[in-house]
Amino acid sequence: MKFGVVTFPGSNGDHDALSAVEYGLGEEVAPVWHKSTSVDGFDALLVPGGFSYGDYLRGGAIARFSPIMGAVAEFAAAGKPVLGICNGFQILTEAGLLPGTLMKNPSLSFVCDWVDVRVDSDRTPFTRGIDIGTVLRLPIAHGQGSYYIDTDGLDELKRNEQIIFTYTDRAGVETPESNPNGSVANIAGVSNGPGNVVGLMPHPERAFDAVLGGDDGLRLLGAVLGAATKEAITA
Amino acid sequence: MTITEQALREVALSRPEYDQIVELLGREPTPVELGMFGAMWSEHCGYKHSRPLLSKFPTESPRVLQGPGENAGVVDIGDGLGAAFKIESHNHPSAIEPYQGAATGVGGIVRDVFTMGARPVALLDSLHFGPQSSPRNRYLLSGVVGGIGGYGNCLGIPTVAGDIFFADSYSANPLVNAMCVGVVRHEMIMRARASGPGNLVVVVGADTGRDGIHGATFASVDNPEDSHRGVVQVGNPFLEKLLLEACLELLETDYVVAMQDLGAAGLTSSIVECASSGGVGIEIDIAKVSRREAAMNAYEVMLSESQERMLVIIREDGLDAVREIFDRWDLHSDVVGTVTDDGMVRILEDGEIVANVPATYYTDECPTYVRPSIENPDTIELRAFDPDVLQDLAHDELESALLELLRSHNVCSRERVTRTYDHTILSNTVVPPIAGDAAVIRIKGTGRGLAMKTDCNPRYVFLNPRKGGMHAVAEAARNVACTGATPVAMTNCLNFGNPEKPDVYFQLEQAVSGMADAARSLSTPIVSGNVSLYNETNGVPVLPTPVVGMIGVLEDVGRSCGMAASAGDELLLLGTQVATLGASEYLAVRHTTIAGDPPDIDPDFEGRLQELVIGLIEQGIVTGTHDTSEGGLLVSISEMLIAGGTGATIDLQALLEVNGGRLDRAAFGEAASRVVVSAPVGMADEIVAKARAADVPVVRLGQVEGPTLNVLGVSQMQVSELAGAWRGGLDD
Repeated sequence: MKFGVVTFPGSNGDHDALSAVEYGLGEEVAPVWHKSTSVDGFDALLVPGGFSYGDYLRGGAIARFSPIMGAVAEFAAAGKPVLGICNGFQILTEAGLLPGTLMKNPSLSFVCDWVDVRVDSDRTPFTRGIDIGTVLRLPIAHGQGSYYIDTDGLDELKRNEQIIFTYTDRAGVETPESNPNGSVANIAGVSNGPGNVVGLMPHPERAFDAVLGGDDGLRLLGAVLGAATKEAITA
Repeated sequence: MTITEQALREVALSRPEYDQIVELLGREPTPVELGMFGAMWSEHCGYKHSRPLLSKFPTESPRVLQGPGENAGVVDIGDGLGAAFKIESHNHPSAIEPYQGAATGVGGIVRDVFTMGARPVALLDSLHFGPQSSPRNRYLLSGVVGGIGGYGNCLGIPTVAGDIFFADSYSANPLVNAMCVGVVRHEMIMRARASGPGNLVVVVGADTGRDGIHGATFASVDNPEDSHRGVVQVGNPFLEKLLLEACLELLETDYVVAMQDLGAAGLTSSIVECASSGGVGIEIDIAKVSRREAAMNAYEVMLSESQERMLVIIREDGLDAVREIFDRWDLHSDVVGTVTDDGMVRILEDGEIVANVPATYYTDECPTYVRPSIENPDTIELRAFDPDVLQDLAHDELESALLELLRSHNVCSRERVTRTYDHTILSNTVVPPIAGDAAVIRIKGTGRGLAMKTDCNPRYVFLNPRKGGMHAVAEAARNVACTGATPVAMTNCLNFGNPEKPDVYFQLEQAVSGMADAARSLSTPIVSGNVSLYNETNGVPVLPTPVVGMIGVLEDVGRSCGMAASAGDELLLLGTQVATLGASEYLAVRHTTIAGDPPDIDPDFEGRLQELVIGLIEQGIVTGTHDTSEGGLLVSISEMLIAGGTGATIDLQALLEVNGGRLDRAAFGEAASRVVVSAPVGMADEIVAKARAADVPVVRLGQVEGPTLNVLGVSQMQVSELAGAWRGGLDD
């Protein structure tokens, strides 16, 4: 399976995404330059974290106009798997590929930590085969990660099972203390309607080796390979 | 023509220095030449006062691939890789505009490292502020921390370690020292030495603006507000990220002859240094430099300190390839001149020569000064203070004293700051901030790790500069050793007051001599560094602050060690047992006294202790290690218990006996060369035996157990309360 990692000017999580797939999963992976207009030959796309175009206006606000985004939208419309991580999540919401938006943390400060994240749906390619309710430990590192959606939008997300990840405590219970950034309903990640496009603020691509503090991220990246491979990874 | 005093002040040159320039040239310098001399002969670029002292530093070892004199030092870390690293100050800009001052400090040091061909993998920051009781100081702290995070997070380089110290003397003159560590393959190390007449001189990155003109001279006078306005630059980390990636891509080609970043003194210093160290000349036409404002003249272009610019010397046949790389990253690349064989730095403006001076006049002819050196009598008197005349701590005061120390700003948790720095990006961080005495990152593609830490106790240096200098080196090395890594080399940033004052010069001279001795003894040569003098406000210098940035190598990164104590373990103290309250945090916090002689230090003993600790970690017979520094033994133990979420029962009897029966000294006294270790039951005997064999004293302190810190016969304290005080310290 071949992964593509989209690099915008100012992306900085691309190195981690490439390493996680190459060393963590042992799968084929290649960078995709933002000036390119094609994603032919890739089976899954990762839109990594960073500060695309400096994000001086708003996270992802400029990147959505990049030449590559047309191809990403077509790839998504064809039902193929796309994962937006951190800035990648922001870009996908700005591009209208995912619902809601990411606002500044209420602390107005960047926050870097490890958090507990509960998997709430297994209908996406990145959670397929993972038991619902599983709590993963993943790093976060963002200044603009407060997920917002209005009440009607939230109802729709719930109705369609589009809330994929929720900040919780170790036991899998969402509490105010376990919400690191004031996200609505402790939401850490969502999907589009069909479920093939997923975005989340935590960084699965930084959690691919126990020596780094955890390898839970591999479960998400590995899920897309299919149930058989997943078992091999977690065994 | 007679030069005015005001014109000389603007370029920070003295009249004798001006006369020397006239004599060298055999004529009056042109205005552009004068500006360039001012910048190159500033303390910041020319090290006028520090160069004679810096020659004392040991700079060599089998591991050193590049010593001082380049943009960064490089040491061998195995597998054909080198670590390139350096620390640099951005004190004066941060005092005026803390966010941008700190941000551009990070930007500058990152460029220094990737200029060497290294990919930056970690950032550290050593920060010194005035007391947080003042709103202005709080503003400076939050601005500086914001700027460091804002720049480093955007670049995607993890900020993994550092230190923060508070004292009155930093109130109007905070110290902001940023350190960067990069990894480079040996054969890819690039240097800033121009060569090959006919080769092209290219400026890449940002356009040149009027910002930062005279930044180098600004950093070399006291009370800069009076004479230098509008010199603080604004950083653009996005542009720097593009520059970083483009330059590293460029260095993979064969076309690059030399590379130099445009930092202090901008185009002037980069051209002069490249020409001088390569023994060639450089001719540039300033009309070819892309500018932000059309009307800028040669003087302004040559002295601008606009950020995010690099100078690259390339072979002529590589121009198209070089252009292609920078175009791909949407960056300018202006060919501004050529390398010549006449040794002259020649600047053209509209076809006219506006400066024409041998490169070496700016560098080799820069005067150096050895100033009178006399210790301040007040310091001698303060040092003579005997803390044992103070009343000892009563048993029922132990808890309040410990809480007070844990809450104090020089001891409490830095998590509020480190949380705002991205420290997990690049997926290398094995021991993150606060988890250990130093940070550890793995070196991708190898099994090795790199440990790093900045350190200095300015109070020690103030009260005894020589000893203080030794402590700074020893403690930084000890911190690195406590993670299991062998300290291999260091960088340093000497932050002092006005060296023209005999007592400040004394501090500088003595501290450097102490650092040199400790570095020699511990085999940690100094491979790079920076000097920041004139850190004064209204004639009062900052505490002498020679910051040490130490790096160490861990053969097996999987064996790195943090500071957490584990329930069921035994705690042991390795090393010095006799402590003193002289220059201690306890004295400062509890008695508001900064006096007494700092602890004695024997670098040979320090080396033995570190070797012992590294060995214990390597053999896997300790699970947590923590050196005892500010706050003394009980503070160290508390930090280990807080990290482990557990309590302990401790017997201080043996330490009380060797400390004159004084509880304050046994609990909170400070000493060099001591480390507390947490060891699984059954390992303690082996540790005692190994310590004896290494001729290092050892005390078995007690068991890690329960929810309290129980100091037998003295006091029993809830660890949750200690943790609350320690964690919340910076919130007060």
